[in-house]
Amino acid sequence: MTVEQENIMDQPIIKTKELTKIYGMGDAQVRALDGVSLEIKENEFVAIMGPSGSGKSTMMNILGCLDRPTSGQYVLAEQDVSYLDKVQLAIIRNQRIGFVFQSYNLLPRTPALENVMLPLLYSRNGDLNEYEQHEKALNALKAVGLADRIHHQPQELSGGQAQRVAIARALVNNPVLILADEPTGNLDSKSGEEIMALLTELHQQGSTIVMVTHEDEIAEFAQRVIRFLDGRIDTDKLNGNSYQ
Amino acid sequence: MKLEKIIKIASQGLVRNKLRSLLTMLGVIIGVSAVIIMIAISAGTEAMISDQITSLGTNLVFVQANFSRGGFGGEANSGGLVYDDAFAIADGVSGVQAVVVEQQSSETVKAGNISLDSISILGTTEGFPSVRDMEIAEGRYFNQAEIDRNQKVVVLGSSLAEELFEDQPPVGQTVTIGTTKFTVIGVFEEKGLVGEVDYDARVYMPITVVFQKYTPSQFARIMGDRVRLIYVELEPDVVQGDVILQIELLLAKLHDVSLEEPDFIITTQQDLINTQEATTEAFRNLLAWVAAVSLLVGGIGIMNIMMVSVTERTREIGIRQSVGASPNDIRWQFLTEALLLSLVGGLIGVITGVGGSWLFGALGEMRTVVVPSSIMLAFSSAAAVGIFFGYYPADKAAQLDPIEALRHE
Repeated sequence: MTVEQENIMDQPIIKTKELTKIYGMGDAQVRALDGVSLEIKENEFVAIMGPSGSGKSTMMNILGCLDRPTSGQYVLAEQDVSYLDKVQLAIIRNQRIGFVFQSYNLLPRTPALENVMLPLLYSRNGDLNEYEQHEKALNALKAVGLADRIHHQPQELSGGQAQRVAIARALVNNPVLILADEPTGNLDSKSGEEIMALLTELHQQGSTIVMVTHEDEIAEFAQRVIRFLDGRIDTDKLNGNSYQ
Repeated sequence: MKLEKIIKIASQGLVRNKLRSLLTMLGVIIGVSAVIIMIAISAGTEAMISDQITSLGTNLVFVQANFSRGGFGGEANSGGLVYDDAFAIADGVSGVQAVVVEQQSSETVKAGNISLDSISILGTTEGFPSVRDMEIAEGRYFNQAEIDRNQKVVVLGSSLAEELFEDQPPVGQTVTIGTTKFTVIGVFEEKGLVGEVDYDARVYMPITVVFQKYTPSQFARIMGDRVRLIYVELEPDVVQGDVILQIELLLAKLHDVSLEEPDFIITTQQDLINTQEATTEAFRNLLAWVAAVSLLVGGIGIMNIMMVSVTERTREIGIRQSVGASPNDIRWQFLTEALLLSLVGGLIGVITGVGGSWLFGALGEMRTVVVPSSIMLAFSSAAAVGIFFGYYPADKAAQLDPIEALRHE
């Protein structure tokens, strides 16, 4: 953790104000989010929980800049990203956010190293040359303990290994926020624990992580648990026993 | 994004689906090689026809009877060329090097126990071999004295000589044509087909014998012997138009017809070439359309596969969007894939097209000439097809919503 990071430690990395998302028109209208105001600080590890239809997925999509709110405001790392256009949102996703999905979402028939390099390919601030890209991707794979699997294709990896490749890909552009959507949902409990240990380690190294899960045991790994219900925040509590 | 990166992303996509890429390219490969081969065939045919016409001899003018006016039994003194017209041209027109006359018939030819029906008999004069570029292989050609004395001598075409006499030497043998016996005095070298006529399957004899034995008529007794064709070979440096005008004036006077309504037609080699070119141009246009259609079908094939590819790779598109690919990045990726497919397909098509043209020429009787501009045309059409048919699927991919795309199974 650098000195600079420590200084802005208490700055909110995510700040939302009255976020609302409405799908459909007229009588068929669904309020997926209904005025959500939320702050998440730098280096927090937050779990978002809630039954299906509670709005947690919609919240993740907006936090991940995959979708835009109908109304309200979303400030990510001091930049208002609420109503950016598609191209600007793509740039934010590339530079600021690392995604980890339930089903890994690696490119098929593509070696691990190339999968991890993918965000660098779409990077817009200063093109890295081929060698630098390789180095960065290699370092990210080393960080998740897969330095010996760089030429393996996704179908040759176990679920846990594939998810670690996905985490390496999320890390490669040094994002300010890691969004994990049910990261252990497709894994057996042993692999799941390994992945959670890895996320915990990343958190200890300074990453800000927001994770959606429906398993209480997994939510235990986070510092803070936010429960959604009917498009609103139901409860927002610190996990006393998980992290100091 | 840099061009280099776009090409890299697109080519990775294609290499990872080798079989599909190859099948997609197949349409373009076939289209492009079809364009090149079709144009090579028609260019080859044109070159062959123009060679054949030139091989009739050089600097020739053909005088033929115009049967559409007058004709047999029409006005008494017109509607045909006669033997004496040839002498009149030779004597009365300046700039003429040689005049050769042809008259044809068809008879049964027998030698020993071999009998061949409907063999073409060509009566002609002394200058024939030089005017028509024919060489004597064995024996000799007949001379003016034999023509004047109606000598029963013949020169045989090469394939006919072989059929009649097989391994024996034909010169000195006797053949029976119709009911008359002839002595074979020579055999021509092989000449092949010129236009529609097989020069090797004919009998050549003095024209006077043809008049006497095969085309006697009441008309001939009064007006002179009718001939089919008069060749006029010009001196090397004369102006063709001047000589043609002289011939026209002379024949109009002899036949007592006006120049506006002559009973003869004068054509030049250039006229023949022009006529042939008009026919082959229609042929070439037809081939070009067929080839263009196959290229179009190839393009539709690309669009088809790209559409399938976009649907099949929706998840991949979602992944790329989630890590920061903008709509333009996606559009360029798929458009470049389509373009690469058509360019690589075009390149392979050029190779198979040129190779195929060569093969057609080498194996078949066909002559082919690869036209460089056809390669450019085919290749650039392939590129245009790639862009045109690649744009819609690429745009569809670019418009995908990242959330929907990521959810796609």
